Amino acid sequence: MSSVSTQEIKKEFLKSKLGLTGIFILSGLILVSIITISVIPASTFQEWNNPEKWISYPKTSVPSWVNFLSSDKIPEHKIINAEIFQSQENGISLISQQFGVSFEYDDFPSDFIFEMKTKYTDSHLVQIKVIRPDGITLELLSTSLPYSDKETVHNQRYFSTDSMIKKNLNAYRDKFDFDFTVGTTEIIFSELYKNKIQKGNYIFIVDSYGIEKPVEILESKMILGGKAYGLMGTDELRRDLAIGLLWGTPLALFIGISVSIGSVVVGLIYGVYSGYKGKKTDEAMMRFNDVIYALPALPFLIILAVTISNSIFLMIGFLMIFSWVGIAKVSRSMSLQIKTRQYVEAAKIMGQKDSKIIFRHILPQLLPYAFASIAISVPAAITTEAGLSFLGLGDPSFPTWGQILHDANTYGAAAQGFWWWIVPPGILIAITGLAFVFIGNALDAIVNPKLKR
Amino acid sequence: MVNNGNFSVGLKRYLVTRGITMFGVLMITLLLTISLVGSNMDTILKQGVIYQVRAEITENTSIVQGFNDPDEFEKFVQQKIDERIETLGLDTPWYSPQRLGYTMYKILILDFGNATFLTSDSGSSNVGEIIFEKMPKTVLLFTTATIIISIIGILLGAASSNKIGSKLDRITSTFAVISSSFPVWWIGMLMIFVFAFVYQIFPARATPTIEPDDPGYIAALLYHMALPVITIVLIGFGAWAYLVRNFMVGIMQEDFITAKKTIGIGKKKIVYSHALRNAAPPIVTILALSLSGSLGGAIITEAVFDWPGMGRLYFEAISVMDLPVIIGSTYILTVLFLVSIFIADLLYGYFDPRVRTSN
Repeated sequence: MSSVSTQEIKKEFLKSKLGLTGIFILSGLILVSIITISVIPASTFQEWNNPEKWISYPKTSVPSWVNFLSSDKIPEHKIINAEIFQSQENGISLISQQFGVSFEYDDFPSDFIFEMKTKYTDSHLVQIKVIRPDGITLELLSTSLPYSDKETVHNQRYFSTDSMIKKNLNAYRDKFDFDFTVGTTEIIFSELYKNKIQKGNYIFIVDSYGIEKPVEILESKMILGGKAYGLMGTDELRRDLAIGLLWGTPLALFIGISVSIGSVVVGLIYGVYSGYKGKKTDEAMMRFNDVIYALPALPFLIILAVTISNSIFLMIGFLMIFSWVGIAKVSRSMSLQIKTRQYVEAAKIMGQKDSKIIFRHILPQLLPYAFASIAISVPAAITTEAGLSFLGLGDPSFPTWGQILHDANTYGAAAQGFWWWIVPPGILIAITGLAFVFIGNALDAIVNPKLKR
Repeated sequence: MVNNGNFSVGLKRYLVTRGITMFGVLMITLLLTISLVGSNMDTILKQGVIYQVRAEITENTSIVQGFNDPDEFEKFVQQKIDERIETLGLDTPWYSPQRLGYTMYKILILDFGNATFLTSDSGSSNVGEIIFEKMPKTVLLFTTATIIISIIGILLGAASSNKIGSKLDRITSTFAVISSSFPVWWIGMLMIFVFAFVYQIFPARATPTIEPDDPGYIAALLYHMALPVITIVLIGFGAWAYLVRNFMVGIMQEDFITAKKTIGIGKKKIVYSHALRNAAPPIVTILALSLSGSLGGAIITEAVFDWPGMGRLYFEAISVMDLPVIIGSTYILTVLFLVSIFIADLLYGYFDPRVRTSN
């Protein structure tokens, strides 16, 4: 145990390439956490397990950047807002919502949904049509909003799978040179001569006709279902994986750092006190330490999570129970050495209190070691929590990377080839672990010069 | 190297203290497990009794016909239930000394009772039988993996300590750090994805589909074991090689090695014969410890690969809350864990002269 000053540590650390890499990765992760917390509203992640929230997202779609890598462009999932035009003629008011989309992909969209919230009185006629890139207009649907004498707010969804749309499309049968056994989107987005995607600009028009009073459109959007979405794709439950992965970063850092700081502080004080006191106190404390050391951690963590609670804060406490032991052992042997030093003995002779000697004279000597241990014990905490979450014992109100992997495993992501669901969470776990391992190893090499070879 | 006179006194004392601690740990583990699941167990047992008594009474039509008033009938049933609960000793809570002592005694003699939901492959619901059916498979998987890891690790570690700073050495160290940051189960998922679905080389589920008494069973078992073993080895050998390398580097700086160098013994011979022999004690000790450590990890690894061992049994028991199985497996896992720690201690005490001579 050599006493190294903070200045020296800083100087040595800046020389260590590994340590700097670690710091670099860690600052990246912290930056991501800060951005996530400040930009993405917490509500999106609190509703991670609420299927309602994700209904307008696509199911298991690949990340949209995949399209940059492959020549076949996979249709992207789009949520389109309307341009609204209003006109009045002969006492009939017309609200026309136009959804324009330039469709440049090599496959048909899987479906489309019009979602709108309208305020109206009486009854209103709704007509949906599409103008294709080749100039042909297809009338898709003609329906009416339910009659009401009072002013009402009505939520309405029109699906591309609606049998009425299929029926209406049959009217255009002679224009197309193929059988109409395919789905509606495969007709609407098809070339005439062959059932093949027609690229170009499509304009979907939703017209609402009203007598006297016009309809008021409160909210409206068109969802064009695709197989590619967002930065990280979506999972089987239509959740945007980017949000889960981003929110996982501050959570993983929080879990890892609080477990390691907690266990290092406890282990340090326990070990130093035990070594400093010596004799029977030491013997008893070390026996207790041996007992905790010999407990099989994972089975116990599982039982604790199942029987007591899987709240993330309790879980951090449980993880601490099993991780302070090694640090206590090492700091005990260090304190055994330090307490024989002359200045400690001098302080003792001068009649200083034990607690003062421990906190003033012994603990500060162990601080460099403590920092190295904090960094080194973070990865274990993160992987253990991830492991517990993977077994389905995680806190459902705080979705972590482990839980994303748990869901991936439950829905058979490997079997179905959903690589974007499996690969990123694991890489993030590993990268976070690596950052701390790098920092810890660099610190350790400075604090224990023996290892520097 | 072993001095028998000193050996017996120091080591005996050492082993006795260790042995007592281990037994203490076992008792504490048992107590903790029972107290964590105890209240749940009481509820489940009582519900079982209520169900059983009701079934017995309603099946016996002569009793049912003897009552005209449903309230009176209910009272009768309740009385029977109370009687049964009392005879079974369930009227006192699980933490009453007699019941606690009895439960612990039962577990100590490996009588875990019957499982609530799970059964063994042969259909028995005796917890002991279920566990002892699964245990050999866990031992098989993890010992095989550990043996392969240690062989690769020792060879690679010795080779890189032979040439410190060489390309091999740097690759080994880097690989050690990086590989140990990945969770084994995640690599397992990737391996299943790549080698069971993209390239269909290995089966995705590690449970053989053949019946155990089929002559081809062993071959099928080994084939199904390949993917988990490869995964565990892939994640484990780097750290091992790094560890062996560090021990070897330490020993290579000792005086006796320098002396051998000056005599003119070849460096290769020094590394593989003299230095490796001296590095053996700590390596063997850590081998025993790592085996015990991997047992805990078995729960997740076996769940990923669907390997029919103790770990998966434990996971299944937790998911359906089969308490007798949970208690039994925790106990057996702890015993296995302690036995390997004890062996590690024994080896450590045997090899380290400081332990042998201290008093």
